[in-house]
Amino acid sequence: MNGIKIALRTLHHGERHLIGDLTTLAERHRTEHEVHHVATDVAAWSEEHLRRLADTAPHYDLDLSGPPEDSPDGILATLRKKASEAVGRRPEPGLLLLHDLRDVHLAAAHNSLHWEMLAQAAQAAKDPRLLALASACHPQTLRQMRWTNTMIKNLSPQILTSL
Amino acid sequence: MQSSADRIAEPWGARTPYGRHQRWPTRVDTHLAEGIGPDTVEHWVQTASLLHSDGDAMDIAVADGRIAGVRGRAGDRVNRGRLGPKDLFGWQANASPDRLNRPLVRDGDRLVESDWDTAMNRVTSRSRDLLVERGPGSIGFYTTGQLFLEEYYTLTVLARAGIGTNHLDGNTRLCTATAAEALKETFGCDGQPGSFDDIDHADVIALFGHNIAETQPVQWMRILDRLDGTDPPRLLCVDPRPTPVARAAAVHLAPRPGTNLALLNALLHETIRHDRTDPDYIRAHTVGYDELATRVQDCTPRWAADICDIPAARISEAAELLGTADRLLSTVLQGVYQSHQATAAAVQINNLHLIRGMLGKPGAGILQMNGQPTAQNTRECGANGDLPGFRNWQNDRHVADLAAVWNVEPTTIPHYAPPTHAMQMFRYAEQGSIRMLWISGTNPAVSLPELARVRSILTQRRLFVVVQDLFLTETAQLADVVLPAATWGEKTGTFTNADRTVHLSDRAVPPPGDARSDLDIFLDYAARMDFRDKDDGPLITWHDPESAFEAWKRCSAGRPCDYTGLSYAKLRGGSGIQWPVNDRAPEGTPRLYTDGISWAHPEVCESYGKDLETGATVSPVEYRSLNPDGKAVLKAAAYLTPHETPSQEYPFQLTTGRTLYHFHTRTKTGRVPQLNRAAPDVWVEISTQDAERLDLAEGDLVEVRTPRGALQGRLRPTGLRPGVLFVPFHYGYWDTPAGSAPDATTPGRAANETTITDWDPASKQPLFKTAAAALTRLARGDGTPAPAPTTTASAPTTATVAATTGGPAAHATQDPGPTPDSRKDHR
Repeated sequence: MNGIKIALRTLHHGERHLIGDLTTLAERHRTEHEVHHVATDVAAWSEEHLRRLADTAPHYDLDLSGPPEDSPDGILATLRKKASEAVGRRPEPGLLLLHDLRDVHLAAAHNSLHWEMLAQAAQAAKDPRLLALASACHPQTLRQMRWTNTMIKNLSPQILTSL
Repeated sequence: MQSSADRIAEPWGARTPYGRHQRWPTRVDTHLAEGIGPDTVEHWVQTASLLHSDGDAMDIAVADGRIAGVRGRAGDRVNRGRLGPKDLFGWQANASPDRLNRPLVRDGDRLVESDWDTAMNRVTSRSRDLLVERGPGSIGFYTTGQLFLEEYYTLTVLARAGIGTNHLDGNTRLCTATAAEALKETFGCDGQPGSFDDIDHADVIALFGHNIAETQPVQWMRILDRLDGTDPPRLLCVDPRPTPVARAAAVHLAPRPGTNLALLNALLHETIRHDRTDPDYIRAHTVGYDELATRVQDCTPRWAADICDIPAARISEAAELLGTADRLLSTVLQGVYQSHQATAAAVQINNLHLIRGMLGKPGAGILQMNGQPTAQNTRECGANGDLPGFRNWQNDRHVADLAAVWNVEPTTIPHYAPPTHAMQMFRYAEQGSIRMLWISGTNPAVSLPELARVRSILTQRRLFVVVQDLFLTETAQLADVVLPAATWGEKTGTFTNADRTVHLSDRAVPPPGDARSDLDIFLDYAARMDFRDKDDGPLITWHDPESAFEAWKRCSAGRPCDYTGLSYAKLRGGSGIQWPVNDRAPEGTPRLYTDGISWAHPEVCESYGKDLETGATVSPVEYRSLNPDGKAVLKAAAYLTPHETPSQEYPFQLTTGRTLYHFHTRTKTGRVPQLNRAAPDVWVEISTQDAERLDLAEGDLVEVRTPRGALQGRLRPTGLRPGVLFVPFHYGYWDTPAGSAPDATTPGRAANETTITDWDPASKQPLFKTAAAALTRLARGDGTPAPAPTTTASAPTTATVAATTGGPAAHATQDPGPTPDSRKDHR
């Protein structure tokens, strides 16, 4: 069952990473009001995913309940990284918004693929608990992707033709 | 018997009771200027009301070449002769001495009088420069819900195919965008399902965030008449304020602002739990039932009671009222549309009707309401963030069809993304990617949220602002070019009310000075810009209202809002007619969806829908697999906590709204003596419990503050829900020394100094009902009461406040109809 442990751990890490990216997006683009509010709303879904993952982990002899690891992808690190990008390269705010939306989309896509893997493993292992977990969380991950895709589609014509 | 009443003191006039399934009796209301009698009126000119969405049919009295009064049209289906206070008195604003009658152009810090050539040349030369330097995306148009159909359609063609910009929206974004979005989400297409006639047949009428007594007073007269008749309906009212509707309701729920979705999910939960559903209807006409049932499975009244802060027993009582209705009519307005999770909540009301099979039958209907008189036309003509005729921007065949109507290439019409909504347009202007904003018939410097931000956008030097209006509004004062427009009574056109009734409005008198109709202004611009079709012919081929109407008919053909069976001749003389009007329904269509869901099929629908919580677009492929047969979509949504909740620093929830006597930013109603006296200045409503707790009293001068800004007004304790403050949004600065914004002489007066910039992700409608606010007393009252009416939801709880009256100048006559109708039943 090592593979399932790895999958759970990867998802836990990935959801935490996504929360970081969404927080960055919401904080940095406060003046993009819709982005700010919806990013905050959908970050709550990833928080919920983290809780469910932590609740499930003990059944697989895994502990995911601890505080955020101090990894290069932690929230503060991400914030610092993004802030420095903003100062260093000074891209147009619109361009930065598109880039941040892209990062969120990619982070959500990363998670989506891992939820897919977990669901497949759950079926192969005939593990209803794990399947229920993936079935509950994966649709919200897909919605996070659709949201960022919609925002990029709607905003990029104006931003990229006005530079 | 003719009677007369002070219609400021008695806004709804005398009762004409009638029983269920009977025809609403006529009552003809008339108000004429002093010294004018019916015998001295030279002629009567047909129109309908312009200061709300009811479409009350009336005739304008003309005497000595001037508008001298109004009389309700007895034969019209909407009002059967009745008029509300704004209908009776509002016409006087037309002759206000400060009407704009010359174009104005900016000369440094000042606006100076000019002429049409100079003004239009400034507009066209800026347009041309921007098209060359920055492209069509640098030009935006922000219009209204108060022009005529012919004007919106012309504006849409010139903006979308002439300029080729995606940036055209109306202030309907603030009032009716959620109605449209909720209908698109559920039925695949905009279009009011129900009819005002459903009031005659319903045994339960549920009003969700809809103070109909003040927003559509004539339909409230109809409900009052039924309440006084045999077999009266029972009312459910969901509203935090003690509105006239709440006082007449069998069940009144005053939920915590921002929690409508939790309440509605609980009402759905109860409906399903008690098997009060119609499984045959669900099977035949809907998709998504299982997901909805799962979503509301845990949404018990007890769960919602904590969120909404109302007793669970009351929620069950409301659910029983809804669930046991034989014919249920629901109406919805700003208490839902301008609140948190607007579209998600409005959609649950559609769901309630669908799972109960309460649709398409007399008395069983949904009215997703509008606020403004012509908002329906803004929507259908494509001036409200949609393509004309409810065409789908994601459906290439729809775009090709529209391009054929306009004789342009499909690529001429931007459709790579949804048409830009108003809040996004202001953001683009703030960022500097929109450099010209043409504002027609609306006053964003008072009506948009967070006014300090809006003013900072409009006053940027790099932004060229054109304002087209009747008066020098707060927004016009900030413009680079001001174009004087003609108004209702001074121009001809058609408009469509909230239940799809199309009325003709004829010109009664000429406009003042050099003012021109909005249609003529748009046609002039199109001619000067020399917009061409793909064969190098003129893009716009019409030249007056009637030819514009004929052009629109071609665009509407085969779409849900089909006008092909209408003409000016057909609309002149009789009653208004409900669209669609075509070969199949030559006399109009009282109710949509009488025989199943007709416009949700993937090939014909206006929209594939959105994620209600994020606003993410549903793709055509997803929609096709979800709803291949074009049924109604039961969309579920989870309750989310509002984005701004009370804190220690900002302990109240602030909601803004309207009063019976005013419209929008008082551009007209503030210039009408009877209406202005009834509500002359801003006030702040608080619950009596909070007032007692804080030692506050009627007439105290208070400040309402949020993180965005502040306003001052006199306090009115009422039966409002504790913890909530209410401020009317009508008041701005044009009638203060400050002019267009608060300054050293004038403290904040506009409610929108305080509101938050946040909007529903699906409908993009701003939220005006859920800001956190602080209240401070600046001075104890000096005996002057708050300048709030006593006749309405702002009625005081203390008896010491003198009643609102209008005196002799506010008298109107009420006549019984010409021929009493003996028919017992009607459908």
